[in-house]
Amino acid sequence: MTEAKTHRVDHLALLESHAIFVLREVAAEAERPVLLFSGGKDSAVLLHLAVKAFRPGGLPFPIMHVDTGHNFPEVVKFRDERVSQLGERLIVASVQESIDRGRVPDPGPNASRNRLQTTTLLDAIAQHSFDACFGGARRDEDKARAKERVLSFRDTFGQWDPKRQRPELWHLYQGRVQPGEHVRAFPLSDWTELDIWQYIAREGITLPQIYYAHRRSVVERDGMLLAVCDWVTPAPGEEVREESVRFRTVGDATCTGAVVSTARTITQVIDETASSRVSERGATRADDRFSETAMEDRKREGYF
Amino acid sequence: MPPPADEAAGFGMDLLRFAAVGSVDDGKSTLIGRLLYDTRQLFDDQVAAVEAASARRGIGEVDLSFITDGLRAEREQGITIDVAYRYAATPHRKFVIADCPGHVQYTRNMATGASTADLALVVVDVVNGLREQTRRHACIAALLGVSEFIVCANKMDLVSWDEDAYRAVADEVETLADRLELSSWRVVPVSALHGDYVVERSDAAPWYEGPTVLEALEQAPAGAWASGHGTDLGGGARLPVQWVLRRPGGGRSYAGMVNGGMLRTGEEVVVLPEGWRTTVTGIETYDGPLDEAPVGISVSVDLAGDLDVSRGDLLAAATDPPSVMKVFLATVCWFSDRPLRSGDRLRVKHTTRTTPARVTSVRGRLDVNRLELDPADELANNDIGTVELTTAVPLAVDPYRHDRITGSFVLVDEGTNATVAAGMVGEPHLAGGTVGAATAPKPAARPA
Repeated sequence: MTEAKTHRVDHLALLESHAIFVLREVAAEAERPVLLFSGGKDSAVLLHLAVKAFRPGGLPFPIMHVDTGHNFPEVVKFRDERVSQLGERLIVASVQESIDRGRVPDPGPNASRNRLQTTTLLDAIAQHSFDACFGGARRDEDKARAKERVLSFRDTFGQWDPKRQRPELWHLYQGRVQPGEHVRAFPLSDWTELDIWQYIAREGITLPQIYYAHRRSVVERDGMLLAVCDWVTPAPGEEVREESVRFRTVGDATCTGAVVSTARTITQVIDETASSRVSERGATRADDRFSETAMEDRKREGYF
Repeated sequence: MPPPADEAAGFGMDLLRFAAVGSVDDGKSTLIGRLLYDTRQLFDDQVAAVEAASARRGIGEVDLSFITDGLRAEREQGITIDVAYRYAATPHRKFVIADCPGHVQYTRNMATGASTADLALVVVDVVNGLREQTRRHACIAALLGVSEFIVCANKMDLVSWDEDAYRAVADEVETLADRLELSSWRVVPVSALHGDYVVERSDAAPWYEGPTVLEALEQAPAGAWASGHGTDLGGGARLPVQWVLRRPGGGRSYAGMVNGGMLRTGEEVVVLPEGWRTTVTGIETYDGPLDEAPVGISVSVDLAGDLDVSRGDLLAAATDPPSVMKVFLATVCWFSDRPLRSGDRLRVKHTTRTTPARVTSVRGRLDVNRLELDPADELANNDIGTVELTTAVPLAVDPYRHDRITGSFVLVDEGTNATVAAGMVGEPHLAGGTVGAATAPKPAARPA
C-alpha cells in the first residue's frame, strides 16, 4: 500500500474547512435555507464562517433571530450592527408576538421564555417554508446534542427522533425532505468551547461585550448569578450585589447565569476556559436543570 | 492562513478521529467514560450528574457509561442506540471520539461513526472472546478503510488478570487481523470499570509491557484519512464542485474541498464527466490566494477559459484522473428493513452529485465470520454485499481503496428520502487484497 503523505494542517483549520463545506453543501441542496442567529459566540462564529464560505457573493440565505423579548440589550445591539455591517437580510421572529397572538401563554415576569421559543421558531419555519436551518449548536454542549447528526432531520411537527436518525456517512450530507419537513444543520458539531474561543482569537471575531468581564448588579437564584434587569427583579429575601462577571453563553436573560470572572481579554478568557471545572451549560443555564434529559426533551419538541 | 499563534493556547494541535466499536455489553461506553474521566476531560457538574443518575437507578458505583449514553432510552435499557461524539485533548492532539452502538439493529449508526474514523478502538469482553458482532464491526471498519486498530481485552478483573485469558483473546485477534489483513493493531488488557491500563498503568498485569490505551492513541499516526477530511495518498488532486461563486467584476470561481493530493495553481486539470482540459489560474480563500492547497481545505478555484462548470462536476489533476462510468461494481452496507434486490431504483449521492440509479444485479453477500463472498440475490438489513449499479449520468469515481471521497456514495430511498445504504466503489477490499476475489465476478471498475 502506498505510504501516506501527511500534511500538517492544524485542528482549527480542519474544523473551519469542514464547517465551510457543510454550509456550502446545505445551501446548494436546500430550497429555502436560513441561518439561525442568537447573537451569542457560536452564532458569531457561524456567521463569520458563512461569510468565508460565500464571499465575494452575498449569503444565499437570510439570518433569523428568535427574539424572546428578554434579551440582553448588548446582544440585540450587536446583532443589528453585525447584520447591517454585512449588508445581509435579518428576520426577527418574536416570542412576544407569539404571546400576543395567543400561540403560547405568557409565563409572566421573572419566568423564562426559553421554552416558548420552540413555538415561535417552528411557526417562523412554516411561515417562510424553510427546509434547512443552520444552527450553532455543538455536540460538546450536552449529552443529547452529543448524539445528533450534523444534518438532523425534523418531521412535519418539527420533532427530532433520536432513535431514527439518518445514517450519515463520510461527507455525504443527505438533507432531502418532503414539504413541511426540514433539517437542522450544525456546521460547528465537532467544535468544543475551547475551539470556539481559540478561533475567535485567531480570526479576531467581535462579540457582544457581555462575554468579557464587567461589573454588574446580580442576584443569586437557584445557584446561578442572574443579571438584574427589567425581567429579573429581586424577590423578597434575595440580595442584589455587584460583581465582576462575564457570560459563557447568551440566551434569555431570565435563565442565563453569569460567572464570576476577571477575564477582560480573549487570552484571559481562553485561559479561564481551559482551566474551568464546570461545563458551559452547567454553569449558566437554568433551562437544562429541569431534569436529567431536559435538552433531549426540548429537542424532541423542535428546540434549536 | 494566519501565522501560527501561541502553542500554549492549543494552536498547532493535530486531530485524530476514532470510533469505539465491538459487541453490545462488552463495555465500549464504560471504556470511553473511563478514558474521559481519568484524563479529567469531564467537568465537575457532568460527573455530579452521572453520579446522581447512577444513584437514582440504584447502581452502587458510578456508571461511567452514562457519560456517553445520554438518551433517556439508552439509560433505561443500559445500551447505546446511536453514536455519541465526545472530545478529548492531550497537549498535542485533539481527539474526536465516536462511541458506537453494539447492537446488530444499529449497525447503520456504527458505520456512521466509523466512516470518518482514522482508528478503531475495538472492545472485547475477555470472558466471552470475539463474538460475531465484534467480527462484523472489525470487518466494517476495515472495509471502510480504517487502518489502525487498538483492541481492548476488557473486563480483565473478572478473570483475575489471568495472562492466559488475555492470550486467548490476543490469539483470536491475530487470526482476525490476518484475515482482515490489518497492517497496524495491538491488544491492550484493561478493566474499564476500575481503570487499569486505560489511562493509568497498574500492577495488575506485570506480564504486560505494552502501552496503555491512551498512550496507544497518542502514538497512532493521524492517517491517510486526514482526520476525516479526505484521502491523502499523495496522488492527484480532486475537487468536487459544491458551489459556483460569481465574482463582482464577472468571472466565476468553483468552491469545494481539496481531496486526493495537493492542488496547485498553474496545474492542468480535467473537468469531469465532461472531460474538458483547463488550467488552475488561481486558488482563492477569504483570507487571500494560495499557491497550493492541501487535502481537507475548503477553497475556490479559478479556471482558464470560459467553461460551463457547475455543482456536481469534479476537477481532477489531468495526470491522474478518476474513471468516468455509468456502470460499476460496488460494496454496499444495506440499512433498510426492505431487502435490496436486483432492479431496485434508488438515488445515489456521490461527492456533490445526486442522480437516479438502478441495481442491475446483486452479486453476493459477505459472510462476516468466514470473510467470504457467498452468492446471493438480495441483501437484508445490515448485510454487506456486492452489487452492480447503473447510474443515469456518468460519475467520476475512484476505487474506494484509493480514495474515500470519490470512492464512496450513499443510496437514498426515492419515496421516503431515507439513507438506506453506504456504498464503496469496487469489491469488498481489505488492506491486502480483495475479499473472495478468486470466486467473485471480475470488477467493472478498474483502478485509474
